[in-house]
Amino acid sequence: MTQPRQLSARSLFGSLVLIAVIIAGGAAAFAYTAGWFSPQRLTPDKMVDALTPPTGVPLGHRRNHAKGICFTGVFEANGAGSALSHAQVFTRGQFPALGRFNLGTADPNAPDATVRVRGLGLQISTPDGQEWRSAMVNPPVFPVSTPQGFYELLLASASKDPDAMKTFAAVHPEFAAFGAWATGGPWTGSYAEDRFNSLNSFVFTDRSGAEHAVRWSLLPAAQPVPVSPDDLAKRGPNFLEQEITERVHGGPQRWTMVVTVANSGDSTADPSKAWPEDRRTVEVGTLTVQQIEPEPDGPCRDINFDPTVLPSGIRTSDDPFPAARSSVYAKSYDLRTAEAKDYPRTATDAKP
Amino acid sequence: MTSAGQRFTPLQRLLHWLMAFCILAMLFIGVGMVSTVMPKYLTLVSIHKPLGIAILVLALVRLAVRLRYGAPSLPADLPEPMKLAAQLSHYALYALMIGMPLLGWGMLSAAAYPVVLFGGVRLPAILPQSDSLHALLWDAHFYLAFVFFAVILSHVAAALFHALIRRDGVFDAMAPVPIHGEPTPAD
Repeated sequence: MTQPRQLSARSLFGSLVLIAVIIAGGAAAFAYTAGWFSPQRLTPDKMVDALTPPTGVPLGHRRNHAKGICFTGVFEANGAGSALSHAQVFTRGQFPALGRFNLGTADPNAPDATVRVRGLGLQISTPDGQEWRSAMVNPPVFPVSTPQGFYELLLASASKDPDAMKTFAAVHPEFAAFGAWATGGPWTGSYAEDRFNSLNSFVFTDRSGAEHAVRWSLLPAAQPVPVSPDDLAKRGPNFLEQEITERVHGGPQRWTMVVTVANSGDSTADPSKAWPEDRRTVEVGTLTVQQIEPEPDGPCRDINFDPTVLPSGIRTSDDPFPAARSSVYAKSYDLRTAEAKDYPRTATDAKP
Repeated sequence: MTSAGQRFTPLQRLLHWLMAFCILAMLFIGVGMVSTVMPKYLTLVSIHKPLGIAILVLALVRLAVRLRYGAPSLPADLPEPMKLAAQLSHYALYALMIGMPLLGWGMLSAAAYPVVLFGGVRLPAILPQSDSLHALLWDAHFYLAFVFFAVILSHVAAALFHALIRRDGVFDAMAPVPIHGEPTPAD
């Protein structure tokens, strides 16, 4: 059966055109899905590009919160959180914790006193094999309502136009609350004296299946001592890392984890809006930081504190930020792991 | 087909079309998810991982079925370069069907990300944590996705070439239902 049916030239041409159209259509649909025809789409790549500091791409480092130091310790749950979530991490017990104190800057060499936002990345592991990762910061509210707003904030901050921030603030009135904290809020001289907040809302599911919209915070056991930015500027570029290293060497440092439960009707979608002060809070446990390790060889170095790595019993809410952070953190992680040679490990006995 | 009307077994045809749907969905989900920061990112990722594992399982079943039942032979008059292209592209497709999920799984393992499927089922890490391994596997997973899609496009083009132009029964061998009825005698 060679060539069962002879095709007319016209039919042959028609068939070739049909095949070409199908293949081109498939390729075009793929390219469209990949965003190649959508220059307006906010992609992780664009966000990462916008994060690039004036000092240049921080090769080998996180693309934001680039400066940090690792810690290890334990999270001791008191059992109270079990009323809100069936995650094992809230059952009474001690669970290993790994984390990272960090500064909200894309410049890994920024002097500590120049960075307003401080953060704490945390990973708690439970015997059931699950992990809870979280990345918290010290401001009481997030600067903007949406990931697009955050992108515009990055562009405005980097802009050479002297009015860029003024224009941005006019378009994003929600920025005012963060701005008030940034300019008027207290500074401390230690990570151990800072409060760290999830800001994003998540949903806890309890054993009965009931859901609770929550945010959480780590409240320092150490008494915060306000220090003026001018005084901090005199303390050397890495005073926070030196201070926390010495402080933890002298004794473990503790934070109480407090879960704030939303009332029905509270907005969970907008981290720039604080919930009213009277919302129910539940102390669920204590984070104890027992050891500090420099980042280059530390256990937090290659951990992506992706806030969507959650145990069952915790899930994301309609807050759009955890998804955006997850996608951008993944991009940052992919980039920095490929650049490891630009941020060498220092241990002489490094594995071959 | 050369041996008139020989087709793949119903199980092979079922696996082929089921996997065709899964793999195309997978590739579109993949390029879509890495190009957005919107909440659908998490939805797409949560489909991508279990679907990838499903494809891995299906591909291994399919490989076993293929080794057991074989495939109809290509038409004797098919030009040698086309036969070679057909054979090589099928090796490539099998390698990618099995390799891509393993690369993805390995890449997540090397990054110390938990690999969680539907229902909270957590897969073990298949590689130790390693930045260099992660970087290598990530690149491989990303670029091979485009290679995979290109191979699929050429596979579709070849299938349509057999169906519409050569009309030699090669397409019918994998068609979900017979489309040309019984092969007609050669003109």
